[in-house]
Amino acid sequence: MSWSNMNAKQRENDRFQLRLWVSLGVVLLVFVVLISRLVYLQIIQHEHYLTEAEDNRQQLQPIAPIRGLIYDREGRLLAGNRASHSVTLVPEQLWGGKRDVDATITQLQAIIDIDSNDIKRFKRRLRQPRKPYSSIPLRYRLNEQEIAKITVNQHALPGVRVEADLVRYYPFDDGFVHALGYVGRINDREIAHLDAVNYSDTHHVGKLGVEKYYEADLHGQVGYQTVETNARGRVLRVLESQEPIPGRNISLHLDAMLQQKAAQLMTGKRGAIVALDPKTGGVLAMVSAPSYGANQFVTGISSKDYGELRESDELPLFNRALRGRYPPASTVKPVIALAGIDSGMINRDYSIFDPGYYQLTEGGRLYRDWKEGGHGTVNLHKSIVESVDTYYYSIGHIMGNQPMTDYLGKFGFGKVTIADQPEALSAVLPTKIWKRSVRNASWFPGDSLNLSIGQGFLSATPLQLATMTMVMANKGEWHQVRMIKSMAGQTVTQVSEIGREDPLTLDNIELKRDSDWNKVHKAMVDVMHGRLGTARRSGANSSYQMAGKTGTAQIKGIKQDEEYDAEKVAERLRDHGLYVGWAPAKKPEIVVAVIVENGGGGSSAAAPLARQLFDFYLLGPSDG
Amino acid sequence: MADFQRFVPGTSGFLRRGPSILARSRIDLWLLLPVLGIMALGLVVLYSGAGASQEAIDKQIARYSVAMLGMFFIAQINLRELERFVPLLYVIGVLLLVSVLLFGVGAKGAQRWLQIPGTPRFQPSELLKLVVPLTVAWYLAGRPRPPSFLHTLAAFVLVVIPVMLIAKQPDLGTSLLIGASGVFVIFFGGLLWRFVLLAIVAGTAALPALWMLMHDYQKQRVLTFLDPESDPLGAGWNIIQSKIAIGSGGLMGKGWLQGTQSHLDFLPETHTDFIFAVLAEEFGLLGILLLMFFYTFILIRGLIIAGKAQDPFSRMLAASLTLTFFVYLVVNIGMVSGLLPVVGVPLPLVSYGGTSAVTLMLSLGMLMSIRAQRTSKRMRRVK
Repeated sequence: MSWSNMNAKQRENDRFQLRLWVSLGVVLLVFVVLISRLVYLQIIQHEHYLTEAEDNRQQLQPIAPIRGLIYDREGRLLAGNRASHSVTLVPEQLWGGKRDVDATITQLQAIIDIDSNDIKRFKRRLRQPRKPYSSIPLRYRLNEQEIAKITVNQHALPGVRVEADLVRYYPFDDGFVHALGYVGRINDREIAHLDAVNYSDTHHVGKLGVEKYYEADLHGQVGYQTVETNARGRVLRVLESQEPIPGRNISLHLDAMLQQKAAQLMTGKRGAIVALDPKTGGVLAMVSAPSYGANQFVTGISSKDYGELRESDELPLFNRALRGRYPPASTVKPVIALAGIDSGMINRDYSIFDPGYYQLTEGGRLYRDWKEGGHGTVNLHKSIVESVDTYYYSIGHIMGNQPMTDYLGKFGFGKVTIADQPEALSAVLPTKIWKRSVRNASWFPGDSLNLSIGQGFLSATPLQLATMTMVMANKGEWHQVRMIKSMAGQTVTQVSEIGREDPLTLDNIELKRDSDWNKVHKAMVDVMHGRLGTARRSGANSSYQMAGKTGTAQIKGIKQDEEYDAEKVAERLRDHGLYVGWAPAKKPEIVVAVIVENGGGGSSAAAPLARQLFDFYLLGPSDG
Repeated sequence: MADFQRFVPGTSGFLRRGPSILARSRIDLWLLLPVLGIMALGLVVLYSGAGASQEAIDKQIARYSVAMLGMFFIAQINLRELERFVPLLYVIGVLLLVSVLLFGVGAKGAQRWLQIPGTPRFQPSELLKLVVPLTVAWYLAGRPRPPSFLHTLAAFVLVVIPVMLIAKQPDLGTSLLIGASGVFVIFFGGLLWRFVLLAIVAGTAALPALWMLMHDYQKQRVLTFLDPESDPLGAGWNIIQSKIAIGSGGLMGKGWLQGTQSHLDFLPETHTDFIFAVLAEEFGLLGILLLMFFYTFILIRGLIIAGKAQDPFSRMLAASLTLTFFVYLVVNIGMVSGLLPVVGVPLPLVSYGGTSAVTLMLSLGMLMSIRAQRTSKRMRRVK
């Protein structure tokens, strides 16, 4: 071995040793990096990943509370809950995962009906952010047969499930919806306003009426269970749970039988009936016709059916009882008469000679009475019994806007008088200020004449007319008008007792002379039972006395742009028939307001319906 | 006394103070002990990772035993005497790889196995893990060092042929490891630093070309690695869940069999490629440091053996095998902890599965053989 060879070997060895050291350096450096990474994950980020691991493992599953039930005054169920089955898909559990969604739907379509709307809704939900392994409903309201078909084919349909859900059910379907309202699926707009936690497993919310107003009480408090699941979403065990608190049950003043009777009386008509219990202010019946079934809204009405309801010119969706603003016509005359004599502007014995018309000025416009030729000499009593317009033109002219609007106001005109129907409107009480601000005009004597017979600017909802009549029947005593009778067994006389805001409360009306009530009451009894009373036919042959007042509201004419249909126009130009009254006359138990749109006169169209309701309520169904 | 003993007939070699049993068995205790430590720890974790399966443990112990025997066997061979068979092994290996591509069987879209009727199927690429470093070391040992440019190029060709064949199966993980083992030999063969630099530059430049050659699922893995959140339920799932498993383990871990990520199926492949995450979740950072300690021990011992090896062939081979072991580790742990893309490389000596453990033990057997060669030479000199 030569020296140079040895030298070369040494150099080579040195180079090799150097490279080993470099390698060792790299190895240690990389180990430092790896361990730093692990320290970062396990020590620095430990809390974060621990939370993620727990979130992976534990699922907080909300459990919806059972919605409170609604009963009528006799304990009849008005709104209950029943199981509804729907078929749902868990996309992650399909054979081929999400790619198989369409194939699975096609497979299901071979077994049960699934229409394009179902698929559209399903696809929309599929696109929205969701928890992995959560199910998406494809079709609701499966019938027994469909459930069976899916179950039988379950083995070929992984990821397809039939899920049961408690949904609202209204045993009295038609004719109750305008009194109760209904629940429907929560929509995107409502989600923003609802308590996200409490509603995390709730699919329905009160959309209208009592269901909406008492939503917070009816809904209850969500429960939850913490479950341990594996990566495929299978629940392995329940770690912790908290039972939901069911919603509170509510009893209403509503009398389901009376309501049904009222709805039946209004069949084929347009209009409204409101019946109140004058002793409490509770609503006994509230019908708006035509009506519709509430159950179809719970599980989702088809857009075609909804379109038909919405487009119908009968306006079935419109709650006439709460929102229909009608001229009250002659039904306000007792209040106007009271205004005159109690304000002192009209002598109690004031009388006029009625030639069949009234003139503000000599040779001016003729304000006609409904009876050609007039009623001769007319005093207050006769003015109510025979509904003499001329008398009211006269006293209205004397009084002017006030005190007529003051007294109308005391009876609830221009205000929402019901506590627990969120849709109710206040209609219009035309004070001078109102006319100035809305019409930008002064109050003219002609306006007073129209107001005195309940026409012109004055408008009222059927509910307001019933309220007015209740106060009249009670001789000025107010009760809060409301649907609710009791909640969870606790009687409710004012909604403030259950933590709600009362509507504007009005003071009881104290007349200067209490006998004036009797004077007006006597006249209203004679409307029903007097020889010339306008509702004498409806008052005849009764075992009890009743008091009332008819009204006939003139239609101002159809709108220019309305389609011309001779028959329809002729019908739509007819007067609205109105009636308000109570029975028995001396000891009122029921107050009724009836409006039949385009029904003709109040005595022929409205009063007979009220009589039937009185009989039904006071004497029982056999006599009706 | 000594004289007496020397002349007792039949006792020479037995009573004489000489190489211990350990030395004569050519087993290196400093390599064996950490290996046993890793295996013990590995079995504990595997029991959990395989879902408390006794069957998996039994099978793994059987594999470990075979691997041990293999290691012991290789340690008995003088690798210098094996040297002349290396070219033949290489040719056989490449032919096997070609037949895998032609007749191979496989699963999940990859064709990695060779099934000769009547024999258990096997994976030729595992054989190449040993043959490639042997071949390159044989080639460079017979040439002047530092190797010329042409010789270097030839050595690279020897590496690239099997690497390409394996990448085509496709088995990115294995081809990467084999490529690394060959390149390490060239590096320790004295490749000039400027070539090293050149290779790094060329390698970087070749990345786009590599990208073009990659399969869609491989591209997807890289993309997912760069942004796992982009597909949290799909390809990113593994990385995300693995990081959660490691991170939630903390310092002390959740306890044996208590890992929620591992046992509730959030973590994929808990008994094979992702077993490290199971260890991290259940035994925490302390468990990991223990495992890393064993690994470090093996790596340093391997480098020492390489440093003390007497001939170029042995030391190139020893250094390459040690660093390849290191690459194994880094690729697996890097993948599981989200530092590297998901590449199917098992955690050495811990992951469930036979071939990889056997191959690794054989390479450790080679290291032992190299060390034994050096000591026996020294003993001969003393004599």
